[in-house]
Amino acid sequence: MGAYIVRRLMLLPVILIGVTLLIFLMMMLVGPANRVSMYVRPGYKGGVGTIEKLIHKYGFDRPAYEQYYTWLDKVVHGNLGWSQSARMGVTQAIGQALPATAELTLCSVWPIIFLGIWMGFISGTHQDKPIDQITRVVAITGWSLPIFVLGLLLLMIFYGVTGWFPPGRLSLWAQQIVMSSKFHNYTGMYILDSILNGNWRILLDALRHMVLPVITLSYASWALILRIMRSSMLETLRQDYVRTARAKGLSEKVVLKKHARRNALIPVATISGLMIIGLLGGVVLTETIFNIHGLGRFAAQAALAMDLPAILGFALFYGFVIVFLNLLVDISYGLIDPRVRYE
Amino acid sequence: MRGHRIKNRTIRKLLTNPISVVGLVLIIFFIVIAVVAPWITKPEYPGQPYMIPRSGYSATPEAPSPGHLFGTTEGQYDIYYGIVWGTRTAFRVGLIVVFFTLLIGVPLGAIAAFYGGAIDEIIMRITDIFMTFPFLVAAMVLVVILGRGLNNVMIAMMVFGWMGYTRMIRGDILTIKENDYIAAAHAIGASDFRIILRHVLPNAIYPIFVMATMNIGSMVLTAAALSFLGLGSAVGYADWGQMISFARNWILGTQTNPLAYWYTVIYPGAAIVLFVLAWNLVGDAFRDILDPRMRGSR
Repeated sequence: MGAYIVRRLMLLPVILIGVTLLIFLMMMLVGPANRVSMYVRPGYKGGVGTIEKLIHKYGFDRPAYEQYYTWLDKVVHGNLGWSQSARMGVTQAIGQALPATAELTLCSVWPIIFLGIWMGFISGTHQDKPIDQITRVVAITGWSLPIFVLGLLLLMIFYGVTGWFPPGRLSLWAQQIVMSSKFHNYTGMYILDSILNGNWRILLDALRHMVLPVITLSYASWALILRIMRSSMLETLRQDYVRTARAKGLSEKVVLKKHARRNALIPVATISGLMIIGLLGGVVLTETIFNIHGLGRFAAQAALAMDLPAILGFALFYGFVIVFLNLLVDISYGLIDPRVRYE
Repeated sequence: MRGHRIKNRTIRKLLTNPISVVGLVLIIFFIVIAVVAPWITKPEYPGQPYMIPRSGYSATPEAPSPGHLFGTTEGQYDIYYGIVWGTRTAFRVGLIVVFFTLLIGVPLGAIAAFYGGAIDEIIMRITDIFMTFPFLVAAMVLVVILGRGLNNVMIAMMVFGWMGYTRMIRGDILTIKENDYIAAAHAIGASDFRIILRHVLPNAIYPIFVMATMNIGSMVLTAAALSFLGLGSAVGYADWGQMISFARNWILGTQTNPLAYWYTVIYPGAAIVLFVLAWNLVGDAFRDILDPRMRGSR
């Protein structure tokens, strides 16, 4: 296991450099004059030749590898430039938006994994029964129902008609309490903070605002996990060791849960890296629809305003987060599947 | 002979499997709509049939009426017209993007598998790096750099949409190369070219087919998402994603009737869902037929 983790860690710098190179290459597609404008505040007045002077000042006329180095140096020191759409530094804007996104994704992961595995298991052990047919329909619609259509429909019904689940992160009265000095913001994640503050009304309010976004964000990934679990269960149940276990006279419960389900989980673990990436992509649409001031909404607004430093900084941050999450997934995969360790 | 038999069996099964029949019927339905678009809806601007005609400039959507079968959306754009011509947009986006991603992805994967060693390592690490970003986010970033517009959306999706094919065809070729029948073909003196063409590719290409079929749907979905975010086609262009973004401000309806503007979401939403569903159903049935173990994606 140790050798596997070391091998995986050795790959890490390669991937990280690759990610920065890719972002840098995309940035270089933009001409020097446009890149200079990222550093100039609106209303700045200069004479003829100012652009050329600025291009030279910021080193945009130097060879690409030098520019990559200076850029990387800034990135390493946490300087991602100025975001025009957020009216603050990109790093600061990302820091402010992060808790909302972290809260949303953390709340979405659990229903996906547990409900997905459980329903896939039930579906796989009841092949072609009504419950299986229902899960298959759920899985296929999950692939075809766009996040932005699902989100709008949910809002239409559960906010417009019934008024149960409003958009945003908190109601107005709760927001006032959270911003007041009586409430201590530990993490910026309202669900966690309200528990730490012991304020149950805020907790209920935060949870109420979380229901629709979580459903919207998790539906597609949930359908994916369910589908993989089902087919993996079907395949495992045909294996010889399952027949052997049954022939030994083990109870059906032991056969299904100990022999079949454990092995059926391996493909689910394989797909979970992809699932996380998909989930973080879906955040952009979900936060935009439900007006959650997180990373996704920040990126969508930056994109709409053609705010280059913001969108590139966001992409870089996202890339790093995903690289590290993937590392965790791979290591846990090695723990689940002994074959990986001795590859 | 063998290849022909596989093809015939596959087509027969596609036509008898109820799931795939629903999908095929839907696809044919959309093709018909796309083809007859100029006859069932009359373009108002000559030379610019994709621009949706608008009847006035009022923001408030108007309910379906004989003049506007599906009603009008924000800015008085005719929803029916937008959906009919949006079908053409959807086919164009889906088919062109999938074609070019296949063109990039499949040769790269095949090269990696054939040559192995350092070339394989380099290609697959580049693939990993491209796969680090969520598809929607990567495409979004590139569109911001290239500039707004449907063509740039398509280019961005091509740049970040090929990796699945590369990984799949590489894995499949590596597996197939280990098979006894390849060794047997070598043993009877078949040339490398003949082995690749007759034994490796026919076995590796079907999973790619399944993936490409399903990707037509998902590419249209991502393009619609980018349009929804306001990065796609020009305002007023027949594009399903944009029509949904028009609907965003109207989902709450009026005070007395919360569902007053249902038609602004439901019609374009249904068009996208059915289009994507159709390709997924056909791809899904295709996979079940070709892979008796009914595995999920590799």
